[in-house]
Amino acid sequence: MLRYALKRLVSLAISLVVASVVIFAMVEVVPGDPAAYMLGINATEETLNALRDQLGLNGTLLERYAGWVGGMLRGDFGTSYTYRTPVAEMIGERLWISLPLALFALTLSTAIAFPAGIWAASKRGSLVDTSVMGVTQLGVAIPNFWFAMLMVLVFAINLRWFNAGGFAGWDAGILPAMKSLTLPAIALALPQASILARVMRSSLLDTLGEDFIRTARAKGLSKRQALWRHALRNALIPVLTIIGLQFSFLMAGAIIIENVFFLPGLGRLVFQSISARDLIVVESVVMLLVFAVVMVNFAVDLAYAVVDPRLRVRA
Amino acid sequence: MSLTEESLARAALRSRNLMLGAALTLIFAGAALISFLWVPYDITQLDIANKIKGPSGAHPLGTDHFGRDILSMIMVGARTSIAVALVAVGIGMGLGVPLGLAAAAKTGSLLDEVIMRGNDLVFAFPSLLIAIMITAVFGASALNAIIAIGIFNIPVFARLVRGAALSLWTRDYVLAARVSGKGAARISVEHILPNVTNLLIVQGTIQFSLGILAEAGLSYVGLGAQPPLPSWGRMLADSQTMISFAPHMALFPGLAILLTVLGLNLMGDGLRDLLDPRLRRGAR
Amino acid sequence: MSLLEIEGLDLDIHGAPILRGVSMSVAPGQIVGVIGESGSGKSMTAFAVLQLLPEGAMCRGRVELNGHDMLGLPEPSLCRLRGNEVGMVFQEPMTALNPIKTIGEQVAETILIHEDVSKRAAMARAREALDRCELPGDRFPMSRYPHELSGGQRQRVVIAMAIALRPKLLIADEPTTALDVTTQAEILRLIRRLVEEDSMGCMLITHDLAVVADMADEIVIMRRGEVVEAGPTAQVFAEMNHPYTRALFEASGHQPVREAQTQSVPLLQVRDAVRDYALPRNRLFAPQDYFRAVNRVSLTIERGESLGLVGESGCGKSTLTRAILGLEELQGGEILLDGAPVFSGHQPNRAVRRRMQVVFQDPYGSFNPRWKVARLVAEPFHLMDARPADWRDQVAKVLEDVGIGADAMHRYIHEFSGGQRQRIAIARALILRPELVVLDEAVSALDVSIRAQILDLLAALQKDYGLSYLFISHDLSVVRNITDRVLVMRAGEIVEQGKTAAVFDNPQNWYTKKLIEAAPVLPDHGVAGGGAE
Repeated sequence: MLRYALKRLVSLAISLVVASVVIFAMVEVVPGDPAAYMLGINATEETLNALRDQLGLNGTLLERYAGWVGGMLRGDFGTSYTYRTPVAEMIGERLWISLPLALFALTLSTAIAFPAGIWAASKRGSLVDTSVMGVTQLGVAIPNFWFAMLMVLVFAINLRWFNAGGFAGWDAGILPAMKSLTLPAIALALPQASILARVMRSSLLDTLGEDFIRTARAKGLSKRQALWRHALRNALIPVLTIIGLQFSFLMAGAIIIENVFFLPGLGRLVFQSISARDLIVVESVVMLLVFAVVMVNFAVDLAYAVVDPRLRVRA
Repeated sequence: MSLTEESLARAALRSRNLMLGAALTLIFAGAALISFLWVPYDITQLDIANKIKGPSGAHPLGTDHFGRDILSMIMVGARTSIAVALVAVGIGMGLGVPLGLAAAAKTGSLLDEVIMRGNDLVFAFPSLLIAIMITAVFGASALNAIIAIGIFNIPVFARLVRGAALSLWTRDYVLAARVSGKGAARISVEHILPNVTNLLIVQGTIQFSLGILAEAGLSYVGLGAQPPLPSWGRMLADSQTMISFAPHMALFPGLAILLTVLGLNLMGDGLRDLLDPRLRRGAR
Repeated sequence: MSLLEIEGLDLDIHGAPILRGVSMSVAPGQIVGVIGESGSGKSMTAFAVLQLLPEGAMCRGRVELNGHDMLGLPEPSLCRLRGNEVGMVFQEPMTALNPIKTIGEQVAETILIHEDVSKRAAMARAREALDRCELPGDRFPMSRYPHELSGGQRQRVVIAMAIALRPKLLIADEPTTALDVTTQAEILRLIRRLVEEDSMGCMLITHDLAVVADMADEIVIMRRGEVVEAGPTAQVFAEMNHPYTRALFEASGHQPVREAQTQSVPLLQVRDAVRDYALPRNRLFAPQDYFRAVNRVSLTIERGESLGLVGESGCGKSTLTRAILGLEELQGGEILLDGAPVFSGHQPNRAVRRRMQVVFQDPYGSFNPRWKVARLVAEPFHLMDARPADWRDQVAKVLEDVGIGADAMHRYIHEFSGGQRQRIAIARALILRPELVVLDEAVSALDVSIRAQILDLLAALQKDYGLSYLFISHDLSVVRNITDRVLVMRAGEIVEQGKTAAVFDNPQNWYTKKLIEAAPVLPDHGVAGGGAE
């Protein structure tokens, strides 16, 4: 088990290093000098140089890369070109909206998908199964930001149950804050829940066809008991893979959905930074998101080993 | 117990999913093609007098805030969506399939390891992040969307092909080909590739529909198609501030996306149901 | 009073008839062997007893187990009977166990599901059941997972699950088909012992007449969903009233007509062959470990000879085959065909490979399903510098020779049955007119009647084409009937070799003795001749 975890950890570290090189290289190819951009055309060579030093723009490619990565490891993400404030602070604030939103959506999606998928699989071919499959077919096809707009139209503009956008802030209390994240989370969760329910269903159906289910039935287990005691945990392995992948879709989706609801999260930050050509912010946010995705996939890998004893020894 | 070409065609006609999906797909592909020859209204002409009109006889789907005909916009927008998604699938298949075949042919080798780790890495970058990076560096365009979605498709196809190819490599007919002196590249092309085409057709349909969704999302946040190139995602972005008094502007482009994606998914599911049992029975 | 009574059982699945008027009975302490080829309905009969049938199944008739009317009982009552009064053992031990639960949990579950006992008590009884199935606690703790056990050991766990509650009836569906011959003998002995100890009734389903001949009190012979003959074992073997019984018996021990044509000229020579595999490293910088799959093996095949190579799974016979075919390079020693090396300068030698071909075991996996027969059979022409102009005529000729007919050329492989496919595989092996053909378990996957036909074909082709055969098999009876000489392989080494009859009649090595003892044999007193089909 330990060896398995270590092996995954090494591959995680390699992924992060390569990802950081790719991101760094992309930003490096951008023409132009951020210092000149920040100080305007009237700046003297001296002040420009001083600012470049301050931003870590002088030095060789390797030094700059080392400076960037070293800074991130210490929690120092550099200084925003436009706002002249530490990027870490800017990201920190926004993260408190984007991360809860993604987790909220993931929880919702799992809470909907598991029962729906299990129910549909246990009653294969029935009306329940057909309806679950029909609804999820629509859920997979609907663009989540459009669904979000429709929800705003219905629940915020017409019914006035929710605000059309904006974030109440955590200072206002957990409930109001969660309330302003509810519609965005539903919009994010619906397509993911549909995918997950379909995967759950087909994985369960595959497992129910395995020989060991027949063995369990021959022992005297009912269909229901065989499903809950033997099929479910075995069927979880592909489902875990999808949950891991979904996290990256949720992070990305959150960036878009924040736009619909005018939520001041990472997504808004990124788009503002792109239009202001504040590349250091873009670079840092992207790296952070990649880090989050890689970490979640690492957690999924560990979860595999918990579910499947065969992985613990194989390594 | 075998399905001949004829009975395959008959089974296809019987499959409700497949027929409905194919019909929806054909409608939107047809609309895109027709738009090259004819559209109800010229969408480059602004008609401010008729702006934000609901559906009517003259404009079946209404007009937008510049008075342009929404039906015409959707028809022309279909071109962008389909072209972006199609090229992105092409990139994914064109690079992913050879990579997957190569990785499976040399399983356990350094090449396999590099390809698979590279795939994992790309999976850590959702296409939106790639698009953000590209846009931040080179500026926004429809080409970004194509590259971003295309790159994300590469590992999808590479993994799919590698997984399927690995099990095909254990088949005796591959061993027979090796006894006949054939090398790994030749076997991959002659024996492996033809037996993964069914999978590729199904996955290609799914990636195509995901591509349409992704393009819409990217264009919606301004990372994809730029004006004046019409696209469904941009139409939705434009409609957002007017949704309380002009919901039709948001409704129809959204429905266009939904129905196209639904059609492709239904077609993908139908194809899988149709091709899979044969795949299992034929190759056991 | 019998324990299981099946009378006039009809079974349809989605309207297709599977069983017709099947009757049989099992008494306590009695072993009833149910024999048939694939598609005979023997397994479906077993599933009908447990009422574990696929969707769309419809039963008519009477199935009575210990006084319970199995066809009339509602599902909850059936659940109470399964595992409690009737236990079942399956063919594939590798997949019959849940991979993510310990063997202790899985055996204890049988007890927990039927009796209101504590988990602790159930585990104690599970331990007892595993002990009875010869999986002692010191070597097989209850915390083991299935993947840590061999196939034979897994089958013992499945049996322990089936007998944990000491059921009245045990149904074993091809319990040893997937196992090696020595393991098969041990499992059969175990089943026999359990049947005696608990006075269980046992329904033993198999395709192998020899297995039941040794062990069953009564046998039932099935064909295409019907019982064709039934009765006490000795009587059935002595009388063989039904022509199918006779045909089955004849085919099981079939001896093709062969003329000795060995010339004392060596064709294939293997000298001190060594094949090592690199093992996965345990630590990053650990020294590389190797597993020696073939250890200094030497053998010679003479022109026109049939050489048998027998051994159980993992003995290295497949590895040796691959080396002979030039698919993998040796780490030591050499392999020569007619004096020329199979591998030279790390490259397989094309000129040599032209002169030998191979037929594999699985008639379904041996062909690319997307190709037509003509292209499939012509594939070995790749070894020539150019495909001959008359290649189509050559393909047609060889298809005629194997009894398929030239019109098969334009059809796909899925249009052919298993036996026909194996003929096409032989045609592919013969297209280059090779001198040596390696038959790698080439008849193992076939039903006995088809197997007999293929063996006859091979004998005839050997004469017509002047072939030498290397016949690799785990099935000793087949090897005995078709080879001139035999080699016995174990753990990468040849432990015994000699004239086939001599080795079989008077084995010298302990392992050879064990193998021959373990192999089930048909009684000799069958009706000679018999009506073949």
